[in-house]
Amino acid sequence: MKNIMINTGNYIAAKAAVMAKPDVVAAYPITPQTTLVEGIANYHDTGEFQGEYICVESEHSAMAACIGASATGVRTFTGTSSHGLLLMHEMLHWAALARLPVIMCNINRVVGPGWNIWADENDSISQRDTGWIQFYCSSNQEIFDTVLQSFKLGENKKISLPVMINYNAFILSHTSMPVSIPSQRDIDDFLPKRQPIWNLDVDNPITFGNLILPPEYEKVRKEMQDCQEYSKKLIKDISKEWKEKFGKYHGDLIEYYKCDDCEYILLSMGAIGAESKVAINNLRKKGIKIGLARIRVFRPFPKEEIIKLGKNSDLIVIDRNISIGMEGALYTEVKASLFGKSDAKVNGFIAGLGGKDVTFIDIERMCEKAIKGKAKDFEWYGIKGA
Amino acid sequence: MAGSAACPGCPATMAMRVVFKALGKKMMMVVPACCTAVIESLHPNTSFNIPTMNIAFEAAAAGASGVEAGLRKLGKDDVTVVAWAGDGGTYDIGIQALSGALERDTNFIYICYNNQIYSNTGIQRSGATPYAAWTTTTVGGKTEYRKEMGEIIQAHHIPYAAQACISYPEDLYKKIVKAKSIKGPKYIEIMAPCPPGWRFGMERTVEMGTLSVETGAWALYEYENEEVKFNGISKLLLNQKIKPKPIEEWIKLQGRFRHLFIPKKDVKKLKEIQDHTNRVWERYRKYYL
Repeated sequence: MKNIMINTGNYIAAKAAVMAKPDVVAAYPITPQTTLVEGIANYHDTGEFQGEYICVESEHSAMAACIGASATGVRTFTGTSSHGLLLMHEMLHWAALARLPVIMCNINRVVGPGWNIWADENDSISQRDTGWIQFYCSSNQEIFDTVLQSFKLGENKKISLPVMINYNAFILSHTSMPVSIPSQRDIDDFLPKRQPIWNLDVDNPITFGNLILPPEYEKVRKEMQDCQEYSKKLIKDISKEWKEKFGKYHGDLIEYYKCDDCEYILLSMGAIGAESKVAINNLRKKGIKIGLARIRVFRPFPKEEIIKLGKNSDLIVIDRNISIGMEGALYTEVKASLFGKSDAKVNGFIAGLGGKDVTFIDIERMCEKAIKGKAKDFEWYGIKGA
Repeated sequence: MAGSAACPGCPATMAMRVVFKALGKKMMMVVPACCTAVIESLHPNTSFNIPTMNIAFEAAAAGASGVEAGLRKLGKDDVTVVAWAGDGGTYDIGIQALSGALERDTNFIYICYNNQIYSNTGIQRSGATPYAAWTTTTVGGKTEYRKEMGEIIQAHHIPYAAQACISYPEDLYKKIVKAKSIKGPKYIEIMAPCPPGWRFGMERTVEMGTLSVETGAWALYEYENEEVKFNGISKLLLNQKIKPKPIEEWIKLQGRFRHLFIPKKDVKKLKEIQDHTNRVWERYRKYYL
C-alpha cells in the first residue's frame, strides 16, 4: 500500500531513514539540518524509530559514534550540513577507510564566514576525496528514494563504503512537496539486513586500524577505488530495481532530460538541476536543440557517460561551487573526462553561490550566452563586471 | 601481549595486563592515537586477543559511545566497552568527546593511562605535564601546572571514577573489577611513568610510580556515590598518618627535571614545586576529609 506524504525535504529524509530501520543514529544539530534530526527524535519518541539515538556533543563525535556503532555490524545513519560536515572531515575519511557504510544526509549550505545558511555546494564538494559516494538530489521524492537506495548500495558487501545524500538548503530541506511512501513491508523486502564485511566481536577478536606499511595501505586505497568503480553498475541496478518496485526513477548516475538528438547539453546538479528542466523546455520552444544531463552521482564520477555526451554535443556546465584557484568542480571534472576523447566545446558558469537564487530565466541566459559564443570558457554569472 | 611493540619498561603494557585480567574476554577496546596504537603491533598482526578498534585522536569516547550503542542494539550488553587513551587524548584533544560521553550516561569504562606527555609523538607537553618538566616543546621546563583531570571528571557526577598507578597492580585490579560491576560511565586514570619520556632507566618504572604516590605527586583514590575515598598510601597521606617524602626524591631521578639540579641546584624552583604539592594536598583535605 502506498501513501502520499506532503512534507519538507528534511522530514522526508527522516521518514526514509526511519523506514530503513537503522540501529544507531548519532547526530548533532545545525541549521538547516535541524528538522531532519528533530524528525528522527519525534519518531524515536513515538516508537516508530526503535534504534538507539545518541545526541552527541559535536559533528565530529556524531561521525565517530556512527563509526563505532557501524563497527559492531549494525546499520547507522546521521545528517549534517556545512560547518558540521567540515568538522566531520577527519572522520569522513575514517569511515571510508574503515569500509563502514554509514549513511548520511548533508544539506548543502554556505560555508562561513560570514554566516549564511542558504544553498551552496562547496561544503560537500570539498569532501569529494574522502571516499564517500555522493548523491545530489533535486526533489523530495528523490531524497526519499535515494536515502533508501543508499543503504542498499553502501551496505552491499562489494561496496561497503559510506554514502552521502546531498540536497540544497531550504530549496529542498524546508520546502514541502508530495512524496509517495511505499509500505514498510515493501521497504523491508527491498532492503535486506546489513551483512558487514568485518565487525567487532568478542568471539572473533580482531584489531582494526593498527599500524600499516605502505604497500598494504596502498592496496586499501586501490580497493576503495575499485569498489567505487563497481558501484557505478550497482547504482544502475538499484535505481532500476527501485523503478520496477516503486515506479519512481530519477536517473541512475545521471538523469537525462530531452537528451536525444542534442546539439547542446546542459550539466547541473541539485536544485539547479530541477530548475534546469524548465529552462530546457523554454529553450526548446525557441528551437534550440538542447537537453539536460543532471549529475545525480558526483562520486563515483560518471566519466563514461560524460564521454558519450561529448561525442555529439557541446556542453554547458553550471556549478554551485567553486574550487578557488581553479574553477567549478563539475566543470573541471567534465573536461578531465573528455580529455583526448572528444573535441566538444565546454562552457562553465559559476552561479548561485551564497544561496543566490538561480531561476530558469538565469539558466536560459547562461545557455544562450554559451550557445551564441559570447561566453568566456569559464565565467561567473550574475556578478556585475565579472 | 605477545609480539607487542612496546618499549622496554613500558607502563602502558603493565597497566593493560591488569586491565585485561580484570575484564576477561568479554570486552572490547577503542583506542585513539597514542602509544597503544603502536604497541598493538603491525597489520596484519596484533598482540591483542580482544576486539580492538583504532580511532582518531579526539574521538575515543565518541567512538566507544557508538560501539556501546551498537552492542546494546545487538543484545550484547554483557560486553564491557573500554576507551583506552593517553593523557593527550584525554586531557587535551579528547576532553570534549569524553565530557559528552560522560554527560550522556554512556555505559563504558574510560581509561586514561597518564604518562604526562605526548609520548608517541616524541615527548611534547600535554595538559597533564607537571610544572618545570622538560619536554621537546617546553625546552626550559613547563611554566604551568597540570590540570586536575580528576576534579573535572567529578564535576560530571558519574557513578564511579578512580585514580590508580601501575606500581599498585592489586589496587588497579580492584578498581577495574569494581568499574565493570557498575552501570553507566566509569573513568579510571592510571599513573604511567614513561622511561624515555621522563628520562629514567627502563628498570625503574615501578619505582617511579611508587615515588609519585609516596611524594604526593599523584594520589590514589576512588570517587563513588559523590564521595571521594583515598586509598593505600594516599589515604595515610590525606589523614596525615604518615608524612609524604619530599617531592625532590621523585623528581631528582628523572632526566626531565635535570635542569633543576645541573649545573646548579635550583632551590627556589624546587621549593615552588614542593609548596604547590603541599597546597594541592591542603585542598584535598579541605574537600575530601
